[in-house]
Amino acid sequence: MRSTIEFLRGGKLVKLDGAMPTDTLLDYLRETGSCGTKEGCAEGDCGACTVVLGSLDGDKVTYRPVNSCITFLPVLDGKELITVDDLSVKDGPLHPVQDAMVKHHASQCGFCTPGFVMAIFAQYHGNNADADHEGVVEQIAGNLCRCTGYRPITAAAMEVCARAPDDVFTSRMRDTSALLADISGGPLKMEKGGYMFAAPQSVAELAEVYSQHPGATLVAGATDVGLWVTKKHVDIKQVIYLGRVKELQDITSTDDAITLGAGVTFADAMPHLETYGDDFQAVLSRIGAKQVRAAGTIGGNIANGSPIGDTPPILISLDATITLQKGETTRTIALENFFIDYGSQDIGESEFVASITVPKPAANTHLKCYKISKRHDQDISAVLAAFNITLSGSVISKCRIAFGGMAATPKRALALEAALIGFDVSKFDIQDVPVSKLNQDFQPISDMRASAKYRSQVAGNLIIKALLELQASVAGDAA
Amino acid sequence: MTSRRPNDEVVIAPKNTRKAAGDSMAHDSARGHVRGSAVYVDDIPEPKAMLHLAPGYARDHAAGTVTHMDLSAVRAAPGVVAVLTASDIPFVNDCSPALGDDAILSDGDITFHGQVLFVVAAETRKQALNAATLAQIEVDAAAPTISARAGFEQGSLLMPDYTFKRKSDSTGTANAAHQQQGSLTMGGQEHFYLEGQVSMAVPFGDDEMQLYVSSQHPAEIQHIIAQMLGWTNARVMVDCRRMGGAFGGKESQAAQWAALAALVAYKTGRPAKMRLDRDDDMRLTGKRHDFECDWSVSHNDAGVISNVEVDLISRCGASADLSMGINDRAMFHADNAYFYPDVRITTHKVWTNTVSNTAFRGFGGPQGMLFAERMMNDIAFRVGRDPLDVRYDNLYRDGADITPYGMPVTDFTLPDIMQQLEASADYRARVAEIEAFNAKSAFTKKGIALTPVKFGVSFTLKHLNQGAALIHVYADGSVHLSHGGTEMGQGLYTKISQIVASVFGVDARAVRASATRTDKVPNASPTAASSGTDLNGKAAENAALTIRARMARLAASMFNCDNETIIFDGGMVKSGDSEIAFTELAGQAVLNRISLSSTGFYATPKLVWEREKAWGRPFLYFACGAACSEVEIDILTGEMRVTRVDILHDVGNSVNPAIDIGQIEGGFVQGMGWLTTEELVFSDDGKLMTHAPSTYKIPTAYDVPEDFNVALYSSKGNLEDTVHRSRAVGEPPLMLANSVYCAVHHALASLCPGQSPDLSAPTTPEAILDAITKIQAAK
Ligand SMILES: Cc1cc2nc3c(=O)[nH]c(=O)nc-3n(C[C@H](O)[C@H](O)[C@H](O)COP(=O)(O)OP(=O)(O)OC[C@H]3O[C@@H](n4cnc5c(N)ncnc54)[C@H](O)[C@@H]3O)c2cc1C
Ligand code: FES
Ligand code: FES
Repeated sequence: MRSTIEFLRGGKLVKLDGAMPTDTLLDYLRETGSCGTKEGCAEGDCGACTVVLGSLDGDKVTYRPVNSCITFLPVLDGKELITVDDLSVKDGPLHPVQDAMVKHHASQCGFCTPGFVMAIFAQYHGNNADADHEGVVEQIAGNLCRCTGYRPITAAAMEVCARAPDDVFTSRMRDTSALLADISGGPLKMEKGGYMFAAPQSVAELAEVYSQHPGATLVAGATDVGLWVTKKHVDIKQVIYLGRVKELQDITSTDDAITLGAGVTFADAMPHLETYGDDFQAVLSRIGAKQVRAAGTIGGNIANGSPIGDTPPILISLDATITLQKGETTRTIALENFFIDYGSQDIGESEFVASITVPKPAANTHLKCYKISKRHDQDISAVLAAFNITLSGSVISKCRIAFGGMAATPKRALALEAALIGFDVSKFDIQDVPVSKLNQDFQPISDMRASAKYRSQVAGNLIIKALLELQASVAGDAA
Repeated sequence: MTSRRPNDEVVIAPKNTRKAAGDSMAHDSARGHVRGSAVYVDDIPEPKAMLHLAPGYARDHAAGTVTHMDLSAVRAAPGVVAVLTASDIPFVNDCSPALGDDAILSDGDITFHGQVLFVVAAETRKQALNAATLAQIEVDAAAPTISARAGFEQGSLLMPDYTFKRKSDSTGTANAAHQQQGSLTMGGQEHFYLEGQVSMAVPFGDDEMQLYVSSQHPAEIQHIIAQMLGWTNARVMVDCRRMGGAFGGKESQAAQWAALAALVAYKTGRPAKMRLDRDDDMRLTGKRHDFECDWSVSHNDAGVISNVEVDLISRCGASADLSMGINDRAMFHADNAYFYPDVRITTHKVWTNTVSNTAFRGFGGPQGMLFAERMMNDIAFRVGRDPLDVRYDNLYRDGADITPYGMPVTDFTLPDIMQQLEASADYRARVAEIEAFNAKSAFTKKGIALTPVKFGVSFTLKHLNQGAALIHVYADGSVHLSHGGTEMGQGLYTKISQIVASVFGVDARAVRASATRTDKVPNASPTAASSGTDLNGKAAENAALTIRARMARLAASMFNCDNETIIFDGGMVKSGDSEIAFTELAGQAVLNRISLSSTGFYATPKLVWEREKAWGRPFLYFACGAACSEVEIDILTGEMRVTRVDILHDVGNSVNPAIDIGQIEGGFVQGMGWLTTEELVFSDDGKLMTHAPSTYKIPTAYDVPEDFNVALYSSKGNLEDTVHRSRAVGEPPLMLANSVYCAVHHALASLCPGQSPDLSAPTTPEAILDAITKIQAAK
């Protein structure tokens, strides 16, 4: 078993001994003199620390931006690391992304700039077709700039990302993939003075190491766990990293359902969820931003037990199930039963979430999802509403409705569901929408995101909104 | 001739020379920014034996007195080297900008949550941050006063109220057809500079100290540290090369962190760095003042105002800081661009158990102006006219051109700016489209507003209106520039380099602006009040002119001509057919024992301001601009999107159009954040709940409309003798965002014809839905 982290940087193999499990990549960079990468928040929210990780995808390398402030250093194992310090050589010409930024006057104080350069670099090496205004804005949604007002940054990104990539990374792509293939093998386990980082590569290995270390913390994208370390200063001694467990990254589709491994990131899941309609994808595209979606997983979004995670209410409305595993034993439960209370889930010691299975939509069902937050991008929902409604003609024959942000857990609105059966969406008075049923289902709280009053009111209005939208689509079908 | 090395900016070959001032050259650090090689304080290689600091405070209290503080666990924590409290401060325990009421370390009074009681020095930053949480602090708690309104009602005032008042005889309340009351609550704003507060102190022997800071006011830090240690100012050197954003948040409130670093360095003899964690930064440093405004206005059927009386109630926090100047500036801008024949403007400065609020781009101006713009909307909706027409009819005009504080409004480009913008933004047609849309759409409503900005430029504290610079020309012809201004991203170094290069007729890249240091330029004012270029640019220009005159005399003696015939242009110094390269002339000057170093100074002329009389000319001139914003709101959820923005802004003769446009765009978006998504939430017990970017939301790229058109007004130049006849641009554009608030208000007004919606700022989805609920309840 390896105990040395291996990654590529600047075309060379780097071997690193003695990293602690929750050392952050950002601290590592800054402490070893790579000070181009900045810390703006240390919680994944500003993007100043953005670096790019390359990973092998077939024989190609794909580049994704991540927040180095909440990326644990050992996660680098098997990857290519690119930071702003690696893009151009001192006194040499600028990288095309850097050049475009200068040309468009896209830096003022410059503190956010390295992060933007790297977020745009990832897009430069990604899909050029997305380099329109909307695509670029989505690419940089996880990067805050307090000086420029973004206009010149967006312009620089649109210009440079419309071009085919041509830089040292494209010219040595073949070597890079060969090197990555070389170092990508074999499980990793580092232990030192009570600290441990293990990166199993199969579910069997995972089950074994988790049984041996029941007190270990499972880490997938670390977009939650990272903050325990950087914000709450929790000293996590043992980490089991899920990102290299093969089966957990699988996505399979049958006639009836799609099954996502618990370690599938938001970014990887998105293209596979088209079948559930636009709304699900629209919400996914507003979870965090590119950096968070490149690391964060759906399994983590469920397993963290949060009442304000965005996918659980949607998945509950879709009647998803999850499969849990401990040792060699697996069990499958309805997702809605996984959430017991605030901070309490149906998961045992050494048990982990293995996969999530989402039934495909039946005929005449409509999924309507709404995310309400103060800001459009990279914000946590005040309320998330998911309506999965089956119509018979224009009458609701079946519905599953779930809300986030309204209770101590993501939760179904059972009273509302019952009241909506038989509701004719084609013609109704707003006064007749049974919004008051929500009071039976939920007693939300006030916090810094919204007051209880607003949460109740907007949740009620979202019922109206969903029904109005159904009305429009029924009318559209009839026309 | 100097030979060219790769990437060397000392290139003064004639061919490469561009006309320096007026050119949209890139920011002088742009390459460094994009490569990550521009150095900020935390990037400076750390000296040997560096200590890392963290502030310690009572985690659960906003008001009370410490009865017992047990720091033994802090001292025993791994890596801790020193834990210092108020009793460790050798002399003066104060870091306030003026009034002596901001303890560097409190000796037991807790007046707000986050008041620093001790500082931990440890071998690593992580150790320091961990140790800082381990104190056992017992507090005799008091009930905190949190909101401005609550404090006002309790009579909790920081300082006496202050009033501008004018009463004419003919017009006034009695003759007005309409009189109406209004009130508006507007939130504060966190600076959210991307680089948090940071300072590094390096002891230099026993009796000198060097500081590397991120501060808009290095001279004040020098002064505070000297006073803390009982030293003379001359023993403390403070250096600031650049800040990763500041926006006023590092004007007075960078000092405490520098002082703590200096204190530890003094006590331990080791270098010490204080870099605040983001949550601490947001909790422990002040913000834009939130305001409550209550007014009554009289006007005729057309909405033309005869009398305004307004009370501006602001949350100042637990000390004075800069609250007096900020509130005064709110008063100076409560008229915005409008003439109030009879007027009373009063500020009530409320003392609260919250962190002391401080400077923030606009410095009270935005709050005063937002009141004026909201009042314009109210009047227009009630009299049933287009708000733009009501605005036009109330603008300062001939015979109605004296502000409530006695300053005549001259060189007033605003009416022309507004009319040009009205046309270029196609305002009238869009209003018609919006009305048609709103009539048909039940759940989505649109709104539009075109609002002006008139902003007074100069510090209202007269003595701050001075600038100084130091310039050296070296024997190779390269130019070294120091001035009292600091670089926070606004491009000040670049602009001043351009100004200096223009004097010498060389390429701006031949001028190297160096870090702002107190040992180069003494007693500098803060870089604030949009005055950075006005003051330091003039001072640098004066320094350069002094050196140029000496060089011209030398050239004249070499060419055998009159001094007056010498021209500096294109890297050459010429008279008639004679010429010599600037670089060569510099070398000759050294051989001829001519000094190539000079200071320069500038003091803003014409300022007269007597606060007691509330009458005079506090500003050299006004900066003007206007913006037109359109929004769309969802009346079921309160969600809102800004869909189009057009801006026309007057910067006079721009020294660097690209940089000025950057200030306008950035200022607008920052103001838009203040009025839309940025909400500060305090708990009832006085804790800031939105102390990180996870809960405090500044705009992202999505929030800026794709249709965002910014143009510079084609100006004949500032009529006042400012540097290159430019106009200040740092703060004024922020207030262009008032158009966003007014557009939201306009959209809501479509729900209640003849009425004015009760909409607070920021216009979060909750605030918008709340306004809608009130409208529906009134029906
Ligand atoms: C800037 C930022 C923005 C964010 N925005 C959003 C948002 O818009 N919407 C939203 O819903 N969330 C958001 N989040 C929260 C977070 O990204 C999600 O909750 C994410 O799904 C967590 O996944 P992860 O893989 O990063 O989990 P981790 O941080 O790796 O783990 C989270 C928790 O789940 C446990 N865990 C992970 N995988 C498993 C498993 N397979 N079995 C058992 N336990 C497991 C871990 O032990 C830990 O307790 C945001 C976070 C950040 C930092
Ligand atoms: S430092 Fe802000 S996202 Fe990492
Ligand atoms: S340039 Fe200052 S934060 Fe972006």
